[in-house]
Amino acid sequence: MTDSKYFTTTKKGEIFELKAELNSDKKEKKKEAVKKVIASMTVGKDVSALFPDVVNCMQTDNLELKKLVYLYLMNYAKSQPDMAIMAVNTFVKDCEDSNPLIRALAVRTMGCIRVDKITEYLCEPLRKCLKDEDPYVRKTAAVCVAKLHDINAQLVEDQGFLDLLKDLLSDSNPMVVANAVAAISEIMDASPNAAQVLEMNSGTINKLLTALNECTEWGQVFILDSISNYTPKDEREAQSICERVTPRLAHANAAVVLSAVKVVMKLMEMLDTSGDYVSSLVKKLAPPLVTLLSAEPEIQYVALRNINLIVQKRSDILKNEMKVFFVKYNDPIYVKLEKLDIMIRLTSQSNIAQVLAELKEYATEVDVDFVRKSVRAIGRCAIKVEPAAERCVSTLLDLIQTKVNYVVQEAIVVIKDIFRKYPNKYESIIATLCENLDTLDEPEARASMIWIIGEYAERIDNADELLESFLEGFQDENTQVQLQLLTAIVKLFLKRPTDTQELVQQVLSLSTQDSDNPDLRDRGYIYWRLLSTDPAAAKEVVLAEKPLISEETDLIEPTLLDELICHISSLASVYHKPPNAFVEGRGGQRRVLPAKSQQEGTVEEMSAPTETTQQPPQPTTVIPGADSLIGDLLDIDLGPGPSMMQQQMYPQQPPVQTQASGGGGGMDIFGEGLDNLLGGGPSGGDMLGGLGDIFGMPQSQSYIPPQEVWLPAPKGKGMEITGTFARKNNQINMELTFTNKAMQPMTGFAIQFNKNSFGLMPAQVLNIRSPLPPNQSASTSLPLNTTGPIQKMEPLTLLQVAIKNNIDVFYLSTQVPLHVLFAEDGEMEKKIFLATWKDIPASNEVQYTINNDQHSADTVSQKLRNNNVFTIAKRNVEGQDMLYQSLKLTNGIWVLAELKIQPSNPTFVLSLKSRAVDVYEAVRQVYVNILHN
Amino acid sequence: MIGGLFIYNHKGEVLISRVYRDDIGRNAVDAFRVNVIHARQQVRSPVTNIARTSFFHIKRSNIWLAAVTKQNVNAAMVFEFLHKMTDVMAAYFGKVTEENIKNNFVLIYEILDEILDFGYPQNTDTGILKTFITQQGVKTQSKEETSQITSQVTGQIGWRREGIKYRRNELFLDVLESVNLLMSPQGQVLSAHVAGRIIMKSYLSGMPECKFGINDKVLMESKGGKSGQDDGRGYVKSTSGTSSSGKTSIAIDDCQFHQCVKLSKFETEHSISFIPPDGEFELMRYRTTKDISLPFRIIPLVREVGRQKMEVKVVVKSNFKPSLLAQKVEVRIPTPLNTSGVQVICMKGKAKYKASENAIVWKIKRMGGMKECQLSAEIELLNTNDKRKWTRPPISMNFEVPFAPSGFKVRYLKVFEPKLNYSDHDVIKWVRYIGRSGLYETRC
Repeated sequence: MTDSKYFTTTKKGEIFELKAELNSDKKEKKKEAVKKVIASMTVGKDVSALFPDVVNCMQTDNLELKKLVYLYLMNYAKSQPDMAIMAVNTFVKDCEDSNPLIRALAVRTMGCIRVDKITEYLCEPLRKCLKDEDPYVRKTAAVCVAKLHDINAQLVEDQGFLDLLKDLLSDSNPMVVANAVAAISEIMDASPNAAQVLEMNSGTINKLLTALNECTEWGQVFILDSISNYTPKDEREAQSICERVTPRLAHANAAVVLSAVKVVMKLMEMLDTSGDYVSSLVKKLAPPLVTLLSAEPEIQYVALRNINLIVQKRSDILKNEMKVFFVKYNDPIYVKLEKLDIMIRLTSQSNIAQVLAELKEYATEVDVDFVRKSVRAIGRCAIKVEPAAERCVSTLLDLIQTKVNYVVQEAIVVIKDIFRKYPNKYESIIATLCENLDTLDEPEARASMIWIIGEYAERIDNADELLESFLEGFQDENTQVQLQLLTAIVKLFLKRPTDTQELVQQVLSLSTQDSDNPDLRDRGYIYWRLLSTDPAAAKEVVLAEKPLISEETDLIEPTLLDELICHISSLASVYHKPPNAFVEGRGGQRRVLPAKSQQEGTVEEMSAPTETTQQPPQPTTVIPGADSLIGDLLDIDLGPGPSMMQQQMYPQQPPVQTQASGGGGGMDIFGEGLDNLLGGGPSGGDMLGGLGDIFGMPQSQSYIPPQEVWLPAPKGKGMEITGTFARKNNQINMELTFTNKAMQPMTGFAIQFNKNSFGLMPAQVLNIRSPLPPNQSASTSLPLNTTGPIQKMEPLTLLQVAIKNNIDVFYLSTQVPLHVLFAEDGEMEKKIFLATWKDIPASNEVQYTINNDQHSADTVSQKLRNNNVFTIAKRNVEGQDMLYQSLKLTNGIWVLAELKIQPSNPTFVLSLKSRAVDVYEAVRQVYVNILHN
Repeated sequence: MIGGLFIYNHKGEVLISRVYRDDIGRNAVDAFRVNVIHARQQVRSPVTNIARTSFFHIKRSNIWLAAVTKQNVNAAMVFEFLHKMTDVMAAYFGKVTEENIKNNFVLIYEILDEILDFGYPQNTDTGILKTFITQQGVKTQSKEETSQITSQVTGQIGWRREGIKYRRNELFLDVLESVNLLMSPQGQVLSAHVAGRIIMKSYLSGMPECKFGINDKVLMESKGGKSGQDDGRGYVKSTSGTSSSGKTSIAIDDCQFHQCVKLSKFETEHSISFIPPDGEFELMRYRTTKDISLPFRIIPLVREVGRQKMEVKVVVKSNFKPSLLAQKVEVRIPTPLNTSGVQVICMKGKAKYKASENAIVWKIKRMGGMKECQLSAEIELLNTNDKRKWTRPPISMNFEVPFAPSGFKVRYLKVFEPKLNYSDHDVIKWVRYIGRSGLYETRC
């Protein structure tokens, strides 16, 4: 058979000829003609004009011909929807054929014809086929549901196909199950409505795991990928899924292996890390991953990209497998580059010698990119493994001696980084570097060299000459080089002011007057003013000690890494980008690793958009928190509040890190200044306490529970929130500390509360330093009022909070210590107290015992008084002190208390009486906390 | 999932184009041609993203296979599928060439329709596909026939059909190992591993259950071994049950099995049991890194004498039982690009300088164990003004030896077919061990 002849017909008028042939009476001729049509279609010719003629050939019992016609239909039906209707009858008839192959073919093809009118006719045959006696038809119908959903999602949901599809998960045939799973995963991704119907539970997962053992390799991939989207309800279930998935690691198909790895990596998050099971899992993962490296190069590439993620998440898995990542001479370049990346990640003190020897070997290869990356890798090794730094540097020097241009340039760039990691250690090599000055033609290398000269200007005798030589072609240099040259010359001037004045003036005028680059110009002006107003300050700023660079600058940001782990084996893991970065339209749900402890699902209802609390645009970029601060200062009631708050606000303000973070520095200074204003530094609290006394305020402060972690960093995608509540001056405050443990600055903070028992809500927008740079924290005090919507919570003091930043919205729940809700006017008159006490039925009275911390009745009463629990009367009955107290909640509920203190007895007896018995437990808790503080 | 599949010739002309998803337009075909095929030098990854469309490609000789998608697909699966696709094509019409593809394009479309539905790979087993996708065009099939086909395509044992009969029940096992080595010039092993494959040819009646025993440390519960006579083709007739302990057990780092092997049973009971497909298939792949007996060692000596001359001396040592013979031994010694002439002297075999390959190729037809051969060569170099130093590629080697360098041994292969009246003893079994060079390189 030689079908190739069909490719060669390129005569004019061929369409007419084909038309005639298609309408020929002879079957053979017809078939030949259809083949020609398909061949033309393949090479991109438009043969849609033949539509009616081809469709006429559809009615045939020749399966091969039928398939060809269907192929044509799938391609052109969309452009000829009216004509396509002509085919419907044949499809419907074929769906009833006695031959299952034909039934399946019909339903399969019909789903590919994306014409609305045809879709209507598809429903009934599809419904029948989903229940067909033949598994081949059912497995085809399952996929057809996904096709139909892609065309008309509403129709699929309305016609109940989702339930039929779900039923197929219990099919006796494993391939039907696999295709149903594939269809379900796709539909769930596309439509949130359907996702609810199709939600997996442990029952369905169990069915899938059973089918896993029996279906084709592809089916196993579908099933494993689907399981990876399921979050088990507890650790036990996670472990049992792992146990049933790990045998797949020995499958010959790399996709099955990687999908199994994905499931295991994800579920491991839920398992007890110290347990034996996790360490046995870790052991099981390494060999199959290594084996993937002997697959075809394309699969190796996918595997390597994934291994790169896996070693970042769990470096222990492959720590002993360094050798398998050594580059082979004949590896394709894309495999070589990926292997190099992983080698660096696995480098440690124990294997550095081997790695260095390899890298040196690679640096002599042919491919320029690969050589550059190898040189860079040597530098990264030096930064990562301190004891090996010296050897790395000497290796780099050897490479510089080769005088291969790009090797030298790359080496200089990494040596600059080494200098930044180990300052004042390897300056002896500067002379060698300077020898290669003329050969540098890449901006990055030039900038690096200039940086080195500027940084070590005092040790390079002819630094001024060297920099001057660069200055000659200043205008033609890349911006990077210009900026670096400016800074380097200023550094040089500060170090050797006598003979470089001319040079510095030259560079300043070049960058400020002759350049239209705003960055360069501004930097020039800043230096100029610094130098002209206060050279000493300039020295401090420009020659300030620099922070050391960190070893792993190229790590993937943790939250992204976690997301990518959920996408192992997929394109996302190959690109190292989240799917929404390259997939259009339907932004499927972001995948996150399961948390170890399950969260209660109560916060659901408050996921309302947080738009309302979004920080309004602030015209003036005032220091965050200053508003509330000033507000409090203006308040005449100079309680212990302000200073307290101030300490809260600037607790561990990190020292000024670099020139760049000047804003933070300003704030710090301001903060201290205010402290001084209020009476001197850290002791301000006491001083103010004294002041408070003068104003007749009680000596000590109200009880503030220590800050607790409300949102741990892993859950908050790097944002850690600790907080507590305080009441000062008739005002409830939420004290919050935000710590950024991610790698990017965070911005756009906002807060919102869910309805709660006491109607708490933020009285103003969240004022917090923004952006919040990585590894820094900021605190704030958020005033709350009690005018918000009320809904009784269980427990009563539960408060659900939503906090937003530029990364995501996070939900957390905490308990409000009840005493912050005790009103200042909670002191009852004695008479009323007595009357009320009698009035409340005895059934409402509850007694508690509280451990005594050896307080006398007076201190107890003082402590409680500070928290708005007022002692109305005190009696001494038979050596026991009886305190009668009252308090009032912000919502007007009164609580009366009787506290019995026996000097010899280590416990207090607390009796509470109130009309609202629900608050008792919270009140008791307050007593315990206050008395034990 | 896969949105479309294209096959191109080396010029970038489309030979096959099958679109499965609506989001892939005709322009995708051209995008790949322009950005990948016509820009060969710049493309440095098998996955390319062009305008939010991802292209996966593999190349067989000068044929390009590309899968296209706009979704976040399982990348490993796509590549596995493309490789499987070429296997299927090869099984139908031999080599995957432009000529063959053009001659079989109708067939290819039919196959593509069957093995990929809406971009989801379906059953790709060639044995099964051949039962109902034929080039004759299936016209008349009885009801029984079609239902047998459909149950096979979707069935639990998708790789074997019922009712196979042989007069002589026979099976062949080939243990094929490829030894990979990277050695430093000083003779230090930088990395070495054996990648082994077990190819089984089964000619067995009915639905036989097989149990396979090997000398893996973990799998060894009882001692066993094999003995038998040579049949002249390198196969050793194996009779199960007889034990003569040869080598002790070996440590297999990892192994993978054909889909017929019951993985859950392997995990729990450490036994390899399966119902084999009919005919030839790859039963198992494995990898070992410990205690590999390296069949050959190369000792290189390269000396640059001035700018215009190089002296090379290479010694090859064989390191296995003297009674065994290695075949097809070939040593490839790279020479600089500016080589003008080479004089070679070798005691054994034939050595030639091949200018087109920039290498001296030294071939030795046969070489016994524990022997040593030497080659010396003088390389004359042209004066060049190329400043860059010549980087010496490693010396590589090819060979074939009649044993398994990892020490891998087949202990038994038992066959049970409860429904038919033949027993394990009636099955004639053959085992053959072949060790070949993979990447066997010594730096110089």
